[in-house]
Amino acid sequence: MIEIGLGHYLSLGAIIFFLGVIGIFLNRKNVIVILMSIELILLAVNINLISFSIFSGDIVGQIFTMLILTVAAAEAAIGLAIIVVYYRNRGSIRVEDIHGMKG
Amino acid sequence: MLVHSIFFYFFSIIAIFSSLMVITSRSTINSVFFLILDFISVGCLFIMVGAEFLGMILLIVYVGAVAVLFLFVVMMLNVAEQKQSWFIGKKSTHIPTGLIVSVLILLELLVVVGGWKYKENVMSSSTLLLSKTSNTHQLGLVMYTDYILYFQLAGIVLLLAMIGAILLTFRERVGVKKQSYINQISRDPSNAVELFDVKSNKGVKIDD
Repeated sequence: MIEIGLGHYLSLGAIIFFLGVIGIFLNRKNVIVILMSIELILLAVNINLISFSIFSGDIVGQIFTMLILTVAAAEAAIGLAIIVVYYRNRGSIRVEDIHGMKG
Repeated sequence: MLVHSIFFYFFSIIAIFSSLMVITSRSTINSVFFLILDFISVGCLFIMVGAEFLGMILLIVYVGAVAVLFLFVVMMLNVAEQKQSWFIGKKSTHIPTGLIVSVLILLELLVVVGGWKYKENVMSSSTLLLSKTSNTHQLGLVMYTDYILYFQLAGIVLLLAMIGAILLTFRERVGVKKQSYINQISRDPSNAVELFDVKSNKGVKIDD
């Protein structure tokens, strides 16, 4: 409990991952919150990679964390651009209103 | 070691609480604020565990760029006043399935973490952490040599994201005066310059 090991960091990553997944499922507001949940999931993955990198003494995990950061930034930019275009065309980004593909 | 664990619990409790608030807060703009708090506390955890460069990158890139981009879009799209309606309106049928799946994911992850014995120093790698140099130095030593192709690929991903975002949000506006390069460079003296023979005491009528 006092000694902070790898398991603590992995548990933190698991809990944040869980909160991100549950945020995607339970969302009733708008699509921006879904994007934020995806950011939470990527953050949890980053926590896992960095804690493994530190506790096993290998730097490669941090390099892949940087790649994940890059992909997350690109994904946020593209997703927000799509949301802006959708709002300009339809006037709403509520989750219930988005059913054009009948999925 | 006691200070380390106290700081770990402090930052991780803040991180978990703020990620809970991201998905449950009533207005979207509060969600963005709690997302920023989450990024900051996880960045502090990264710095604390020894990955200083990535912690700083998390603060700069996520808080300084991505979260501010979210904030900008939320404020621009006027969705802040759309109140949340939990389970009101059309009943969604995928909520119980989503709950079951998420709880199962959490249980599986915790079982993996709890039941797994970590064995140190089992691998021999060429990229082991050196204790002499700083974290940023080590990252640079490995990233610009062994992982240079991934680094270039990350740059291409960012370039494509930039092009895609500009292309998606671009729209042609009508009635805006713009510079036309083709018209400018295709002018020649025959239609650009007109010579007049000016009589004395008579002006020249220039029609424009």
